[in-house]
Amino acid sequence: MNIFVLLKRTFDTEEKISVANGKIEDDSAEYIINPYDEYAVEEAIKIRDEHGGEVTVVTIGEEDAEKQLRTALAMGADQAVLINTEDDLEEGDQFTTVKILEAFFADRDVDLILGGNVAIDEASGQVGPRLAERLDMPCVTTITKIEIDGTTVTIDRDVEGDVEKVETSLPLLVTCQQGLNEPRYPSLPGIMKAKKKPLEELELDDLDLEEDDVEPKTKTTEIFLPPEKQAGKVLEGETADQVKELVSLLKTEAKVL
Amino acid sequence: MSKKVLVIGEAREGSLRNVTFEAIAAGNIVSDGGEVVGVLCGAGDLSSMAQEMVYYGASRVITVANEELKTYTSDGYGQAIYQVIKDESPEGIIMGHTAIGKDVTPKLASRLESGLVSDATEVVVEDGNIVFTRPIYSGKAFEKKEITDGLVFATIRPNNIPALTRDDSLAGEVTEKEVEITNIRTIIKDVIKKSSEGVDLSEAKVIVAGGRGVKSSEGFEPLQELADTLNGTVGASRGACDAGYCDYSLQIGQTGKVVTPDLYIACGISGAIQHLAGMSNSKVIVAINKDPEANIFNVADYGIVGDLFDVVPKLIEEVKQMKVNA
Ligand SMILES: Cc1cc2nc3c(=O)[nH]c(=O)nc-3n(C[C@H](O)[C@H](O)[C@H](O)COP(=O)(O)OP(=O)(O)OC[C@H]3O[C@@H](n4cnc5c(N)ncnc54)[C@H](O)[C@@H]3O)c2cc1C
Ligand SMILES: Cc1cc2nc3c(=O)[nH]c(=O)nc-3n(C[C@H](O)[C@H](O)[C@H](O)COP(=O)(O)OP(=O)(O)OC[C@H]3O[C@@H](n4cnc5c(N)ncnc54)[C@H](O)[C@@H]3O)c2cc1C
Repeated sequence: MNIFVLLKRTFDTEEKISVANGKIEDDSAEYIINPYDEYAVEEAIKIRDEHGGEVTVVTIGEEDAEKQLRTALAMGADQAVLINTEDDLEEGDQFTTVKILEAFFADRDVDLILGGNVAIDEASGQVGPRLAERLDMPCVTTITKIEIDGTTVTIDRDVEGDVEKVETSLPLLVTCQQGLNEPRYPSLPGIMKAKKKPLEELELDDLDLEEDDVEPKTKTTEIFLPPEKQAGKVLEGETADQVKELVSLLKTEAKVL
Repeated sequence: MSKKVLVIGEAREGSLRNVTFEAIAAGNIVSDGGEVVGVLCGAGDLSSMAQEMVYYGASRVITVANEELKTYTSDGYGQAIYQVIKDESPEGIIMGHTAIGKDVTPKLASRLESGLVSDATEVVVEDGNIVFTRPIYSGKAFEKKEITDGLVFATIRPNNIPALTRDDSLAGEVTEKEVEITNIRTIIKDVIKKSSEGVDLSEAKVIVAGGRGVKSSEGFEPLQELADTLNGTVGASRGACDAGYCDYSLQIGQTGKVVTPDLYIACGISGAIQHLAGMSNSKVIVAINKDPEANIFNVADYGIVGDLFDVVPKLIEEVKQMKVNA
């Protein structure tokens, strides 16, 4: 099976965010594989181990994303592709990203594409379903379980807490939700092996794309931090009195009761 | 410039979700004096729900009833809405950022080769431009976003943009549209209900959330009672879910649900940054924790340092008392 994983490099979930010159400061930030894409890598490896084939991890980004690709290779993916836009593009949005991915997949044999259901930074959740539409593939979002039998695929899908049992078929694109699996940590031998695994680098040119083809449809005009929260009121006294005061404050001051 | 805006409504268990009315209000802003056209897909008689959309501000409503639309599938709804878009040629489309909205809008935008602003919490018109605000980096920052090319397409986060006041003197035409639906490639075999009856977490006005401090699934019982007393619903931290005290469907945070209720009561939750990512934009936050140093107190409007098993029952009594007095 030809299995592909869409991977985005994102800020670590612990990172504090600050803004300078209208941009998110990223100088000293720690980066990780988007947590949902880790589920995708793990599931891809499991499916390959059961059904055979190859796992290719694809990211659009800059040189620095190589580190996250190597991590995915160390987990067990077979090869990686970095579509490096550093020299070609200044701006982009979800349309851009999907246009590039569409071109990448155009002449490839694909059985299964796994992505995250959302990236924790820009967090639109658009890339998976947008790409499926371009590739004319069925798409199942927020999956928590997947079983493949021939070309028949049965899936559990999380729908705001309820579980939908879905039947569909390959070729297919799915987006992963928490609960799908427990991503493995790369082992030491895995890390050693990853250094020798193929990592291909492509540019827009290699995909027959021009800058104009991928011009974004949206633009960010401002980035700002939420207003600092004022220090709250920690109540004092006997529990019974605190509770009385709380209810009264919620009613009269906060006006939420 | 005034625009024609489609607002895609959404029903849940036979009645419209509140976010539909919020989407109409957002559509009204985007339309800038133009027309707000409601769209409602489903099976059977949709006319009374369509009427409800009119009362909340839609100029007219198009219903698409088809047996294939009885349950949501991306192919079925995608095709139905696409056909309405082709008929109406709108300049804007607004929908709720719900499970359905998240699934279908990117596919439509992709097919239309348009931009899409997902999960907006505010929309305004500034110097003739339509400007959306949306949280990024899990609510640790916000961005303002505009569509630069063509269709103004957005989903809105529930509980953020206030709905217009219902006015049953409003009149608007309700028309039925026939659509052809073919080739549904994902078949829903079954749906296993896990979420509690009634309000969805993302739309709840009051949430009582429990963490590892709740200590067991029985420990959630007083929280449920408090939630019931406040007409709210129960949520949880990942700590509580991981420990098996409750179902993952209740998880709030970076990898769970994002919620913005009027009142969020955190019980036995330490306030890890990944938890805050899901709830820090709540209007009023109450923390109950026995550790005065717990990080949750840094985002709480009101805090009680104490044992939740002592505080919560007293709180239930006090709220009941308040209701009796009212
Ligand atoms: C040069 C350039 C500049 C850009 N500048 C901006 C900017 O300033 N602001 C902005 O919002 N966007 C920008 N983008 C686009 C951005 O990098 C994202 O790819 C895109 O916005 C999708 O992000 P998201 O967080 O909404 O993804 P989501 O749709 O939430 O991600 C869902 C899933 O899609 C997959 N995915 C998402 N992004 C990628 C990727 N890059 N590579 C591989 N798989 C991916 C992952 O599986 C992910 O889990 C730029 C893109 C380019 C090429
Ligand atoms: C990639 C990633 C994603 C994550 N996503 C999420 C997410 O979406 N949501 C989420 O919640 N977490 C998430 N986490 C986990 C997060 O980091 C924390 O581990 C988790 O939120 C802790 O849960 P907790 O507050 O219930 O538990 P703890 O941190 O153990 O806190 C328990 C609290 O209960 C208090 N307590 C104990 N007994 C009592 C009592 N009797 N009365 C009152 N107080 C008491 C304690 O003082 C303590 O503050 C994520 C982590 C990672 C790495």
